[in-house]
Amino acid sequence: MAGSRNMNLACPIPKSDYETVLMAHGGGGKMTQQLIERMFLPVLGNEWLEQGHDGARIPQISGELAMTTDSFVVDPIFFPGGNIGELAVNGTINDLICCGAEPLYISLALILEEGFLLDDLWKIVRSIDNAARKAGVKVITGDTKVVERGKGDKIYINTSGIGKVLPGMSISPENCQPGDVVIINGSIGDHGIAIMSERAGISYESPIQSDTASLSRMMLDVFHHHSNLHVLRDPTRGGVASALNEICQASGMDIRLYEDQLEVTESVRGACELMGFDPLYVANEGKILVILPENLAGQVLDIMRSHETGRLSRVIGHVTGEHRGLLHMETTIGSTRIIDMISGEQLPRIC
Amino acid sequence: MCLAVPGQIISIDDSDPDLKMARVKFGDAIRDVCIQWVEDLKPGDYIMAHVGTALSKVDEEDAVFTLESLRAMGEIDSDI
Amino acid sequence: MKYIDEYRDKLLVENLVREIRRETAREWTLMEICGGQTHSILKYGLHDLLPEQISLIHGPGCPVCVTSVEIIDRAAELGGNPKVILCSFGDMMRVPGTHSDLLSVRAKGGDIRIVYSPLDVLGIAEQNPEKEVVFLAVGFETTAPAVALAIHQASKRKLDNFSVLNSLVQVPPAVEALMRSDQNRIAGFLAAGHVCTVMGYQQYTKLSEKYKIPIVVTGFEPVDILFGILGAIRMLEHNGYGVENAYGRSVRPEGNLAARELLQKIFVNEDRKWRGIGTIPDSGFLLAPGYERFDAEIRFQLNLIESEDSELCMAGEILTGHKKPSECRAFGIDCSPEHPLGAPMVSSEGVCSAYYRYTRVTAVHQK
Repeated sequence: MAGSRNMNLACPIPKSDYETVLMAHGGGGKMTQQLIERMFLPVLGNEWLEQGHDGARIPQISGELAMTTDSFVVDPIFFPGGNIGELAVNGTINDLICCGAEPLYISLALILEEGFLLDDLWKIVRSIDNAARKAGVKVITGDTKVVERGKGDKIYINTSGIGKVLPGMSISPENCQPGDVVIINGSIGDHGIAIMSERAGISYESPIQSDTASLSRMMLDVFHHHSNLHVLRDPTRGGVASALNEICQASGMDIRLYEDQLEVTESVRGACELMGFDPLYVANEGKILVILPENLAGQVLDIMRSHETGRLSRVIGHVTGEHRGLLHMETTIGSTRIIDMISGEQLPRIC
Repeated sequence: MCLAVPGQIISIDDSDPDLKMARVKFGDAIRDVCIQWVEDLKPGDYIMAHVGTALSKVDEEDAVFTLESLRAMGEIDSDI
Repeated sequence: MKYIDEYRDKLLVENLVREIRRETAREWTLMEICGGQTHSILKYGLHDLLPEQISLIHGPGCPVCVTSVEIIDRAAELGGNPKVILCSFGDMMRVPGTHSDLLSVRAKGGDIRIVYSPLDVLGIAEQNPEKEVVFLAVGFETTAPAVALAIHQASKRKLDNFSVLNSLVQVPPAVEALMRSDQNRIAGFLAAGHVCTVMGYQQYTKLSEKYKIPIVVTGFEPVDILFGILGAIRMLEHNGYGVENAYGRSVRPEGNLAARELLQKIFVNEDRKWRGIGTIPDSGFLLAPGYERFDAEIRFQLNLIESEDSELCMAGEILTGHKKPSECRAFGIDCSPEHPLGAPMVSSEGVCSAYYRYTRVTAVHQK
């Protein structure tokens, strides 16, 4: 845990110096140096960052590489279960996992708005470090810019990641075969509902949490036993419905979901009923969809369920023999309906 | 107009006689609902909520009776 | 969740479907008025479970869809005004006006906020005394009391920066207008259960007797809707008519008297223009004398923009149940949820959007 490297958890830049981010912090001069030396290095510091170069040289990696990038602009930046920092790390790690790769290195670019509280930045940096350690990845290069007040929104983060594709892994929607099953590692809708609840005036009996998590340990365990996985996808923005629709369209295959197999917590259900949301379209941040041959499903489920991030793993659907590129679902009353691509984000409705 | 959701009353705040409020549970989600127009409510009762207002108290007896008759519909049916 | 899950129960659905099939001998056309019922029917594929003799027509029960283009244009104008904070239910954000929709106005910098309850708008007004706060009030009699409550509270708290852009409408006049129409294929009505929760259903007795048609107060879950349909079919097959309540857990004959009293205090009836249908007398709510200062149309000098419906859009015929969305030549081609020509394609309750989203695969059933 990060604590062992930095026993003093208070923000290292005392309020008597500065309380907020200033334009000069992004200027590349003394103030930038100070930010790096007093805030970033003590927490994230490693052999690459400490060299202070513009870029990082990575030792040779044999085999195929995977690279991914993602930007994070979530609002609010602090939400139940996490903040933008760990979201940024976990998101990129999970994208690499979805390439069938072992995540190794991450770059970290911050765009800070003038006036952003240094205390908040400190909390976020520590979360980034925590998340990276937990997943076994290193932040090896970074950049900080500051924009004028009003031209940003507190903090934006971009992370890019490099990973090593495991031998034998070849992930693509085109691999879908009739009879393949669709597995997910738990409940749906937790992240999106955690984000919007405060805005909607909703609280909970037992506090709701974003499901942001690195899926690295669980999935690497799966990869080491089985390389014949067909498709991997993390159902983030747009939810499970959007992720599976994309796969249906890319593969030209149909996927059939079973509504009674979907796990939705009572908190998410209640919030969705109130807002008129469909949990299938709500964002997740610690979930993965695995499409694989049916005969492997049992073993893969066993492995996933042995991990904390996969306790509620289950089969939620299968690839059918039809070739229309349509996602559909068998409802709890036994009828069938199409799960369409949503246009834009879901908005709360009264009607 | 359409989206009214049944919820269970947790607690009532009638400090403002013109704006009686209740904390209401929908599944495990909790929201404040104005119960100004529904009489004789107490914690544990169910109400139908629409846009933050309670429109009626759920008639639990009616619900039980209706559901039981609907379940029995299958049993009485002699067409096999 | 209690009082929801039981009404989505597979066994009860099967029992009801079997009973409906047993009772149905002749052909009948039923209309369900409420958009939420349309949504549920299509989401659960209920129309595919019914015997072929039963046709379901989807009526104009989507207050979002029937909001006139003029109101959308006025809301867009207010939203673009830097002195105004416009508050709206989420449903209205994508509805196309003549030139724009609220989401686009917000993207260009308009302060437009989505609220869940009209009561939330009071807080926004109190926290922003230097701005004008306008609430776009759309809905039927289900929503009207909440709007009335907000106005009543605004008056009590002496808020001088709060007003309402009013597009609230009433259901019974629309039902009557449909019955009077010459293309009257409707044999029975499923009345909107949540509207009736407020207004009761005694007013439907006259309508039922006048046109000799069954009217069944119906809820929104699959079991509720099938139960309502069963009630209507039973009356029709026995050549009967009358008003029945199939949503007894929520609806009383007199409705909610306290809410109705508040409505009478804050609102009076007025003629209202329904998008695609035209003006229906006494089908709208207007702020009563004494509350004019809360009426945004009076408060602001709103330019009378030339408001036009798209020529291709046949919303009127669809909302009155004369045509199905699949019969519209723009459906799915010029008009889709991404590029809606009219409100029924945008609103989640809209007939066209519901059709688009749900009916591209026929349901598979084992009996």
